[in-house]
Amino acid sequence: MELVLPEAIHAHLPVLVVLLPLFGGLLALFTGLIQRGGGFVAWLWSAIITGLILVCAASMLFEVHTTGEAMVYRLGSWPEQYGIGYSVDALNGYVILVVAIIGFLSTIYAKDSVMAEIARDRHHLFYSVWLLAIAGLIGITVTADTFNIYVLLEISSLTVYTLVALGGDRDRRALVASLKYLILGSIGATFILLGIGYLLMLTGTLNMNDMHEQLVRMHQSGELANNRTVFVSFALLMVGLSLKMALFPLHLWLPNAYTYAPSAVTALVAATATKVGVYMTFRFVFTIYGGVYDSSADLYFLGLCACAGVVISSMAAIRQMNVKKVLAYSSVGQIAYIVLGFSLANESGVTASVIHIFNHALIKGGMFMAVGAVALRAGGTKIEDFKGIGRKMPLTMAAFTVGGCGLIGVPLTAGFISKWYLVVGAMDEGYWGIAFIVLLGGVLALVYIWRLVEIIWFGKPDDPTKQVREAPLSMLIPMWILIGASVAFGVDAGWTADSAHAAAELLLEGGP
Amino acid sequence: MTATPSMFVATVAAGLPTWEFALSPILAIAVPLIGAFLIAAAGRWPNLREGVTLVTAAALLWVVANLNNFLEATPSEAEALVEVIPGMPLAFHLEPLGMIYAMIASSLWILNSIYSIGYMRGNKEKHQTRFYVCFALSIASVMGIAFSANMFTLFVFYEALSLATFPLVTHKGTPEAIKSGRTYLGILMGTSVCLMLPAMIATYVYTGTLDFTQGGVFAQPLADGVLTPALFGLIFAMYIYGVGKAALMPAHRWLPAAMVAPTPVSALLHAVAVVKAGVFSVCKISVYIIGVDQLRLYDQGGWLLYAAGLSIVIASFIALFQDNLKRRLAYSTISQLSYITLGAALLWPISVRAAAIHIAAHAFGKITLFFAAGSIYTAAHKTKVSELDGIGRKMPWTMGAFAVGTLSMIGLPPTGGFISKWYLMQGAWTAESGFTIAVLCTSTLLNAAYFLPIVYRAFFRKPPEPDLEHGHDDHHDHGEAPWPIVLALTCTAAATVALFFYPDLFVGYASMLAEAMPQ
Amino acid sequence: MESLGHFNYWLAIVIIMIGFYGVIARRNLLKQVIALGLFQTGVFLFYVTMGVYRSPDGTRGVAPIWTDAAKTGPFDNPLPHVLMLTAIVVSVSTLAVAVAIIVNIQRKYGTIEEDEILEADKRDS
Repeated sequence: MELVLPEAIHAHLPVLVVLLPLFGGLLALFTGLIQRGGGFVAWLWSAIITGLILVCAASMLFEVHTTGEAMVYRLGSWPEQYGIGYSVDALNGYVILVVAIIGFLSTIYAKDSVMAEIARDRHHLFYSVWLLAIAGLIGITVTADTFNIYVLLEISSLTVYTLVALGGDRDRRALVASLKYLILGSIGATFILLGIGYLLMLTGTLNMNDMHEQLVRMHQSGELANNRTVFVSFALLMVGLSLKMALFPLHLWLPNAYTYAPSAVTALVAATATKVGVYMTFRFVFTIYGGVYDSSADLYFLGLCACAGVVISSMAAIRQMNVKKVLAYSSVGQIAYIVLGFSLANESGVTASVIHIFNHALIKGGMFMAVGAVALRAGGTKIEDFKGIGRKMPLTMAAFTVGGCGLIGVPLTAGFISKWYLVVGAMDEGYWGIAFIVLLGGVLALVYIWRLVEIIWFGKPDDPTKQVREAPLSMLIPMWILIGASVAFGVDAGWTADSAHAAAELLLEGGP
Repeated sequence: MTATPSMFVATVAAGLPTWEFALSPILAIAVPLIGAFLIAAAGRWPNLREGVTLVTAAALLWVVANLNNFLEATPSEAEALVEVIPGMPLAFHLEPLGMIYAMIASSLWILNSIYSIGYMRGNKEKHQTRFYVCFALSIASVMGIAFSANMFTLFVFYEALSLATFPLVTHKGTPEAIKSGRTYLGILMGTSVCLMLPAMIATYVYTGTLDFTQGGVFAQPLADGVLTPALFGLIFAMYIYGVGKAALMPAHRWLPAAMVAPTPVSALLHAVAVVKAGVFSVCKISVYIIGVDQLRLYDQGGWLLYAAGLSIVIASFIALFQDNLKRRLAYSTISQLSYITLGAALLWPISVRAAAIHIAAHAFGKITLFFAAGSIYTAAHKTKVSELDGIGRKMPWTMGAFAVGTLSMIGLPPTGGFISKWYLMQGAWTAESGFTIAVLCTSTLLNAAYFLPIVYRAFFRKPPEPDLEHGHDDHHDHGEAPWPIVLALTCTAAATVALFFYPDLFVGYASMLAEAMPQ
Repeated sequence: MESLGHFNYWLAIVIIMIGFYGVIARRNLLKQVIALGLFQTGVFLFYVTMGVYRSPDGTRGVAPIWTDAAKTGPFDNPLPHVLMLTAIVVSVSTLAVAVAIIVNIQRKYGTIEEDEILEADKRDS
């Protein structure tokens, strides 16, 4: 990787991954000036930008793994107490790579999907907002400054609200879903802002590492004993973050937003937005409060919510009549797995969380792409549209089925690897009940996936004369890359497991 | 006397030049897997496709027979294919129990393929390519299970087998088939994911390994007191009920449901490959993970004897009242499978040996019975026991073979069933288990009660008068089934008898297994 | 009396809670968004008041500008105030997006009452 990128650029990688989509998004607006084919130019531009981000992200993670140290970038060369610092370590290098991969592939995928679903005169706007969303998501992950997290969080959220609302051209419910998402998302963000405020008051700094050091100093001098400020800040942050990552029962915005958003948006958002929320939670719980604040009671509560989420949202998924909604509820359940993992606060549990961020992004991204392809070719995502579609779109539906096996946790798919670590983590703590809930979730996933599989492969179409073609290559290729990767990382999880393990060790070194 | 297919193979294998480089168990999985791709590619030309199936089956048998030469009593060095999770490879080895299973499955696959050709063409079934492809995939999974060197590998292929057989069960695509498929997959996946998987992970957490080890892996944590005997017993129970394929009651309902599949599937998969995967896993887990001597030492697992015994008797009773021939056979299978579980549950090497022999004996007998049932369906379109009056006169070969299979199920000479029952009795005496002896006697009587009437009807009752009112009595004018079917079922019947006269091959394997176990 | 001494914080929290209540209780989308604005403004006030310096003996900090008093004596912390400039921008953008969506809802549904919208959705499906 170092051969590809000159040394001068190399040092600036942490900030480049944010600046590229940020300015790329602004420049994308100008493609609106092109009379004919502006939409295509906007798409091409976005694909180039996201491709570059992917290269940057991959080389950053490569460097972090080879040197074993974090890459630190200080904006304006200010010392980290005063200025904004960006830093990339084993954990967020990994998450950035996830976002970059999904960002690139879903941009490729978006070409035909956006052509069909978004009005022609808005394509330049769509891609502009699209790139800004990616900038926000990557920014949250790369920054080490808590207030910067808030700002970038809002950049990503505002753009995602807009993207979801663009689905309103086809189905007006997208607008309501988007507004609901906006209101709940803003409440979450405001809670986070308030929590950061309490932390600022306590430590006088905004930099995460500095905050942690201050807290450790106060902890050692006994100032933190029975300190309600630290308690309140933790509680506020947890509420806000739970809203952002759609932890049951604060997930209400998610199903409709995913269902009515344009297909490409769903693929991007489902695979990345909540994952970034989980990443923030890692940072707050472990990097800032780790070893300072006894969060075991809070984590226990989060774990309970997650257990309930696994079971209840999977049961809700069984009843849905819209395939996108089935997957959306399934996402709520899968997020609950991730939360469950780190709430165990042991090595296997956190490893399970980190690895599932990656695995679930691959699986769900691929599956939503498959559903989007059906929306394009068959005109809808209701259960009826899927009847017997396996014979007409075999490649797409094969991807969907393989992805579904991943959700169930069939061995040799990525989903199994996550589940394995999660159950090992639970059993390490002696929580057999949690182990059973995790596995029960797998059985429920079997029910809601198999219901779809039966309809797809054995159903009889309502209108046999309807012509449905296989999805275009621009959709099939990214879809199969994701699904193929989910199987490849299920067969040989060496790389993902090692990376996730390194990240887990990093998080836990301060103690839970 | 015709030699049994496996004996034949063993003889041929001995005459073959020694394989120059080490033949790997991985090849046994690769052959049917490659075969599946070739079958799919040859889908448009039925003759070529069936040719590929037969060649693949023959190649597999040749590979397995050659592996035979490398077999030793203790498991061979594991060969890792790929490391799935760090420290958790997909790995394969050779050991006697797996060899028995692989031998049975690979030799019967050839006969079953011949039979399938007759059956599928005779009944003009649809989607035949999918059928042959899934069949080859199932056999690949079976080989994976047979040669797995650790619990993880076994689990992976166990699940693969469930998934690969699902399209075969729902082959007809009717609502009934789909419903049965749901029961099938639900029970098999549900039990394995909810019980076997946590048991496996618990094993890993407590012992740090999942490798199949002579004498089990639990001795150390039990001795150290890290693991309480009660929890050990619980893990054992989770394994046993987690292996839903062993059809131990109450996890048996998938088996009658699977009878909706075409008969070749019921014959090879649901009388041999899939259910044997279950009991094979039970035996392998008992011997190489749990360790029967550990169970004896800590006084756990005694309940399994009673569970298996009850399963035998209850399933036999249910079989008495089944009018659908295939369902009756399915319940008979449930009861026969529990013989094997019973053998393992007696917890003595000699009884484990009996269980291993019964795996083979039951396979040949039961596949004959299913072949006969399919033959009757193809020729006469009859599925019920009550319709079989006098059919033996029209289909003497089929019903003759059926009678041989029946004798084997009851455990009478001159069939293989007698041999395994003999050893099982021996095991029961060694373990001084009166309960087992009582169960064996009762079930022998029950087996006779539900099988012999069929033979009696077929040969000694008069066929019903043709129903002239309805006019179409073409079904009554049937003769034997197509020749591939008759050929296949004659071979398996002959093998069942041969197993009585030449039991050495399988008894030899089983004895190797028993002798290597800690006494 | 310590809690009364923190009256500025109390005030901020009260405003936050009034806004929060409004978001939850109101069924009119525009009113929800207004309440959301109030909710966020409460947090801004919280930050602003956080920066104010008052020592235990009652001396107050001066404005953090380049004067002699600020060079020698205590001064208010400018950091939270600066942060709020950014946060206000964020809040305004949020409101802008929200209002834009509401306008579209009004166009497509002909109403911005949540109950009526739910009713319309039920009729659709």
